[in-house]
Order: sequence, then structure tokens, then C-alpha cells
Amino acid sequence: MSEFRTNPQSSADDSAASPGDAATDTKAQSPAEGGGVADGPEPVHNKPQAPQEAQAPQEAQVPKPSKPPKRPTGIPGEPPHEMPLYAPREKIYPRRVQGFYRNLKWWVMALTLGIYYITPWLRFDRGSYAPDQAVLVDLVNRRFFFFSIEIWPQEFFFVAGMLVMAGIGLFLVTSIAGRAWCGYTCPQTVWVDLFLVIERFIEGDRNARIKLDKAPWVASKVSKKVIKHAIWLAISVATGGAWVFYFADAPQLAADLVTGQAAWAAYGTIAVLTGTTYSLGGLMREQVCTYMCPWPRIQAAMLDDKSLIVTYNDWRGEPRGKHRKRAEANTLGDCVDCNACVAVCPQGIDIRDGLQLECITCALCIDACNGIMDKLGQPRGLISYATLESYNSNMLLAGATPIKDDDKGHGWDLSNLVPSNVRDAAGGLSDKLSHTTLASFFRLRTLIYIAVYAAIGLGLLGALMTRDRLDLNVNHDRNPLFVKLSDGSIRNGYEVKVANMLASPRQFELLVEGLEGAELYSPLLSGGQDPNWSPSLVLEVRADEVATFDLHLRLDKQAAATAPNNFNFVLKDAGSDELTLEAAKFERPNP
Amino acid sequence: MSDERQIDELSGVETTGHEWDGIKELNNPLPRWWLWIFYATIAFSIGYMVWFPAIPLLNGNTPGLSGETNRGKLQEELAAVAQQRDGMYAKLEAASLDEIRQDPDMLRFAVAGGESLFKVNCSQCHGSGAQGGPGYPNLNDDDWIWGGELEIILDTIAHGVRAEEDDDTRFGEMPAFGRDEFLDGAQINQVAEFVLKLSGQPHDSAAADQGQTIFEDECSACHGNDGQGDPVAGAPALNDALWLYGGSKADIVAQVNLPKHGVMPAWEPRLGSLAVKQLAVYVHGLGGGQ
Repeated sequence: MSEFRTNPQSSADDSAASPGDAATDTKAQSPAEGGGVADGPEPVHNKPQAPQEAQAPQEAQVPKPSKPPKRPTGIPGEPPHEMPLYAPREKIYPRRVQGFYRNLKWWVMALTLGIYYITPWLRFDRGSYAPDQAVLVDLVNRRFFFFSIEIWPQEFFFVAGMLVMAGIGLFLVTSIAGRAWCGYTCPQTVWVDLFLVIERFIEGDRNARIKLDKAPWVASKVSKKVIKHAIWLAISVATGGAWVFYFADAPQLAADLVTGQAAWAAYGTIAVLTGTTYSLGGLMREQVCTYMCPWPRIQAAMLDDKSLIVTYNDWRGEPRGKHRKRAEANTLGDCVDCNACVAVCPQGIDIRDGLQLECITCALCIDACNGIMDKLGQPRGLISYATLESYNSNMLLAGATPIKDDDKGHGWDLSNLVPSNVRDAAGGLSDKLSHTTLASFFRLRTLIYIAVYAAIGLGLLGALMTRDRLDLNVNHDRNPLFVKLSDGSIRNGYEVKVANMLASPRQFELLVEGLEGAELYSPLLSGGQDPNWSPSLVLEVRADEVATFDLHLRLDKQAAATAPNNFNFVLKDAGSDELTLEAAKFERPNP
Repeated sequence: MSDERQIDELSGVETTGHEWDGIKELNNPLPRWWLWIFYATIAFSIGYMVWFPAIPLLNGNTPGLSGETNRGKLQEELAAVAQQRDGMYAKLEAASLDEIRQDPDMLRFAVAGGESLFKVNCSQCHGSGAQGGPGYPNLNDDDWIWGGELEIILDTIAHGVRAEEDDDTRFGEMPAFGRDEFLDGAQINQVAEFVLKLSGQPHDSAAADQGQTIFEDECSACHGNDGQGDPVAGAPALNDALWLYGGSKADIVAQVNLPKHGVMPAWEPRLGSLAVKQLAVYVHGLGGGQ
């Protein structure tokens, strides 16, 4: 995984850069489309003749004879400074495809969008003192509600811990299955997919869209574009609109939003998210992944030769060639150069060039190619999920020669590759081919990820089960440290903070432990009435709040002279056995 | 840079011709939207400079179309706070002391206001924690020379103690028994022993018994027969553990011989009745209020 291609132009050329290309595409790919449609949702793994051929040509970056390197811009012979500093985007027109991975992506899209839109509307009864929204980030009151769990700001480490778990989970998934996050669940991917559905519905599939974009601006084109962008904007508004519901009571906020009563922050957030959804999902699309997202850069460190990646199996496909007859099958590989894999790619790349920075491993090229292979009566899996390990061994089997040249890079010389090497006598795939097995998922690296993930998860769970819903804090008055009273007794002042972290008001009894004869009294609690000293105080704390009480503690002259310096305040829930201790000091004059 | 265009063999992309340790920089053009964003930031900065104060001049700066300044914002915020407080001030002004005690909101507001007033005006003598010092009463305890009820504390603060400028000031003066030769040295010694006895300290019983007669003749008119004191006259209790000028025999003798008399200014003319009200509530709430 030493080299990634970062050249959008070369891939754009492949897809639909010029009118000539577009025309050949139409012809060459009609079978691809038909095949895709007829294909249905059959998982590639169910095909007996297509076990997981597992290969990854990401090192095969040596220019291939069949496909000379393409110049992005400029005219040959011109001096370098003629090259443009800024290049317009080459628009990508992904073709519709059907197959196992496309269906999987539909389901993932339905699930993720469903979770996103429905969650704020779920209700969860917490009694009359807390909101009944199942998932609520209450920024104003600094509380986070998740079903039966309520998080206070000092408990935010739960959220931080879950973010760490999410990060390690991402490492785990990437080391096993490459950029599965990017290809299936990343919001950018999901929303681009959604926007593409709209685009396809309004403007038609790839060829129709290419034609439409080249057509003059007549009324029908204008109306199509206007409708498309209007729907995109509506989806964007709904996206931003759903986001704000996580931060306030959803039904109330929805009513406020409609009647213009909601806070400006809500409208502002919706406006910003509408703008980002529309521009990132509708307009920028693959450029977000290629230019903005740091993850493609990090993935190089995350992948190893046992990671599953979307792979074009050169050992089967090369040398590629069109319009051949079965008699030629011994000299040509399985790839018929139909460009179906290129046409469906939402990132505008050619997977046959190997693993590339732009590839989000959405696996749509696998579906497209399987459709073609079915049409041709060939085993599926010319493009497949495969590990570099099995790919390399199959390349050797096919007769390719590894290149290790420090100047030109590492890769494969395909000139000695013989397609029949990977075939058995009956024309099926050879038994000697290497396949990716489940065992390769469980290696030291992934086991460490799993262990760390589980350890953090169990730690958080343990912390959640044993956490206190009652907290007592005591600060001794600093000035004066103590007050001598007229009868010689000594009084100390304390600021006592009681956090009632339950969603119901509670009554507590505050006692003193380890200070014989101590009496308590709170001037403000008694409404400025005459001092009413007693061995314990009753403290009322409202639901889900921190209450502060200024207390006085008194010891008579004899007791003060002999009392220990350290004692405990004990806070007891009047309604249950819950109690909490807090250490405090008793100060007195030097004897 | 050479005039020959150089193509990177691996990627097919033209290079800039720059080479470091065998690594050549590819000359991939930036995406055009990136350029647009660059232009947008320039447009934003121009708009910013027009709208906000931005360019320093010799005397000040360009005001900007919005006319917004940090100082102006502060003024607005202060005005908002003042407006918010005004309502509470009016309420406090109208309320009686008892009403303030009964209403938690007013009580909290008065205590907070009184505390900050105390820190500014009173802490110089009484200490930042109202803990007092030799000659300056501790306001946290339950021993009050002029009385510890809220109304009386308010009156004491308003008119001061022995404040010459105020006709209603607290006034009480103990005769200088020694200097003016009302009592001779032996008698002062005896009365001091009796005061030690009153306050439960070690003393000479014989001298104290003789001192009792003198105390009843000379002192009990103000300090009371049992030395319990009299807030109306400003005569401190002598039978407790708290002393303003010290409780040792030497301190007592010195005070009988030539008494010290503390002075506090009248605060109402200086701070106004509202401030005095808040101060009284704060002092009363320190824990010793009666």
C-alpha cells in the first residue's frame, strides 16, 4: 500500500470526460446495464464457482501496456508553466447497478437514515421532573439523556470513552475489511447515495444525464434541474431540521419552527446544515472524500496484507480484451474491458488500476462486474473483496513477475501472465488458487483491537452500573476559620453542596459522624429565624439539581477542646438507604 | 526550473522539476472550487473590514458600518445588569426588614449585595470575613454591644457609634475610673478580680468579694448586677467569653483605668438607606443575629 493515486483527471477520463468516450461507453456498456438489472441480489459468496478469490493489486502501479498513463492536462510539447494552476472538476455520472452489495447499501442507508430521523421522536417516560425524550442533549441545563441513562457534565467521560471505542472500532473494521465505514455508513456516502437516487429519478441514468448536461438549456432541461435541486434542498432542510431535534423537545420545537417561535440558534443550525448537506452531498460529492477527508490518508497505516479490500483480480482478468471468441480464451483473461466497473463508480476511478486513495470500497464495481461475468457465463469474482496476501499468491500462480525497483516502484510485470494457469482442465477456476479465510480476520492486530475495545467497553459499563446518583461536597469557610461564641463554644462554617442526580425531588438528612456533641444550624435555611441548633438537618433538593447550603456547626467549650480535627458529614436519603460520606475538618483556637 | 517538461513515470503526471533526495514534486492542479473558496475568503475579509472596526488610524480606528465596539458592548451589558437590578432594588426599598427575611429571593439578593458592600466599606476595620480584631467587634459571634436584632443592627450601621456628625448616633461612655480618681489602685484591682469571676476565669476570691461591692456601686448601673451588659447603654456583657479589648486581668485593669471607646461612622449619609438595609441583612445573617 505504498502508492495511492491522487489524480482525479485520469479516472474522470475513464468515465466520461469526452464525447467520444461517452459514445463508446453507451455501446460498450449496454450489456453491463442489462446484466446488472437482471442480476438480482445474489451474494457473491453463494456462487460455488466464485469462492472468495482474494487478491489486492495495490502495488501494481506499474503502467500497464494496455493503458498508457494519461496526461491530465496540457498539450504535449508545451513548456510546464503553461499548465493550468486550477482545474475544474470532471463531473462523474455513476451508472445504476444491482447486486448483493448494492442491496446491502440500500439496507444500510435505510437503517442509518432511519436511526437519524426517528431517534429524536422516541419518547421515554422519566416522570414529571425530566424530559420524556429518549435521546436528548440538553445544552442549556447541561444534561445528556439516553433512555434510562442521564449524564451530568462531570460524567462526560462516558461519552469520551465511547468516542475512543468508536475510534478503535474504526481501526478494527479497517484492518479487517478496509474502508467499510467509508463505503457503507459514512454520512457523506449515505447522503450522496440518496442525492444520486433523486438525480437518477429526475434526470435518468448515466447516459441520459450525460446527454442532458450537453443539451442546450431548453425548458425541459431547466425544469428537470430545478426540480432536482429543489428536492435536494428539501432533503438538506430535513437533514438540518432533524439535527436540531436532538437538542430540544422535538414536538415542541417542531411546532415552534413552523410558527416562527423557535430560537435563532435552531434556525441558524438548520441553515448551516442545509448548506453543508446540499453542497457536500449534492455538489461536491466525491471531492469531499478525495480532498477534504483525512481518513483516506490514514488508511494506509490501517491496512495490511490481510485486510479485505475491493480488488480487481489481474491474475484472472489480464490480458484484457474486447470482442473475442471463446477460442481465444486461453490467450486472453476474463476482463472484457467493458468499463462497467468504471461507469458505476461514484468516485470516478478505475478499480483495475489497483487500490487508490479515492476508493471508498463501496463494492459497486463488484456488483457491476459480477453482472457481466454472469452474462458471459464466467465465474463471478473478477472484481472481489480480497486480501493482498491471497492476491499475491494468485499472481504468482498466474505467472506474473514481481517487480521491486526502487525508482519505478513495486508491482507486477504482467507480460508472462498466462490466463490458463489459474484454470483447471474443465475451464473452471483452479483448485490451487488462494482464498481468503475467516482465520485471517483473527490475527494479533485485530485481537488487540478487540481486547482494547472490550476492555474500555466493560470499564464504562462497570462505571455506569456503580456510579452514584448522589454527591456531597463540603467546603470549610476560609474566613473566619472559626468563631468563638459568648458561652465559649466554637462555631465552624461550611458550604455544603448536594447534587441530587435523580429525576425526582429528594429529602436528605445531614448528620455529623465522629464529632461528639456537634450541633448544626443554617441561618438562611431557617429564614433568618432564631438559631435552631440540632444534631441533624433536613435538606430538600429539587429534582436533578445541585443545591448549596451554608451551615454552621457548633461544639460547646469542653467538647471543642477535646474534639478530633477530622470528621465526616453523612448525607442520607430519607426515602432510601442511599448515603454518602464527605470528610471535613473542625477548626478551633490554639489551646 | 528547466524548460523541458518532466513527466513522472509512475503516475504520468507532470512534475514541477523540483527534486529533493530523489523525490519529485508532482504538479497536480488544485481543484477549482478550492480557488473559489480562496476568493470567498478575500471577499469576506473586505466585507469584514467595511462592517467592523478594522483599520488602525493615528487617533483611533475606522469605526466600521456596524459601529460596534467592545466598550459599547460592555456598556450595553452593564446597562442590562443595572436594569435587571433596578427592579430588585425597588422591591428591597419598599419591603420591610421582616418581609426581606421571609422572601428567599430578596434575602439572597440582599445578602449578596450586603456582602460586596461590606467588602468595600467595612472590611478595613471588621476584616474581610467580618471576624473583627482587637478593638473591632467580631460580627460573626452572638455577643452584641448595641444589640443583635436586625432592626437594631440596621440602626447601628445607619447612625454609627459615637459618630460626631450624627445626632442619633449610638453613644455611651464609661468613666475613666482610674485617671479621674473615682477608684484607687487597690479598688481597681478588686473590681477586676470580680470581673474575672463573672466571666468564669481564675481569680482571687477574697479580692473578688470586695470587688463585688464596688461593682454594684459603680458599674452595675450600666453593666447590670450579673455583668450581663446593657445594649441600650452600649455596655458590653462582662459575664461571657468574648472581649472587645481583651479578657486578661491587665486588659480589664487598663479598661477600668482609662476606657477605650471605639468609633464607627454613620453609614446612611454615605451609602444611602438601601445599602444600609442590605448590609444589615448580611451582618445579621453571619450567624450571630438575634
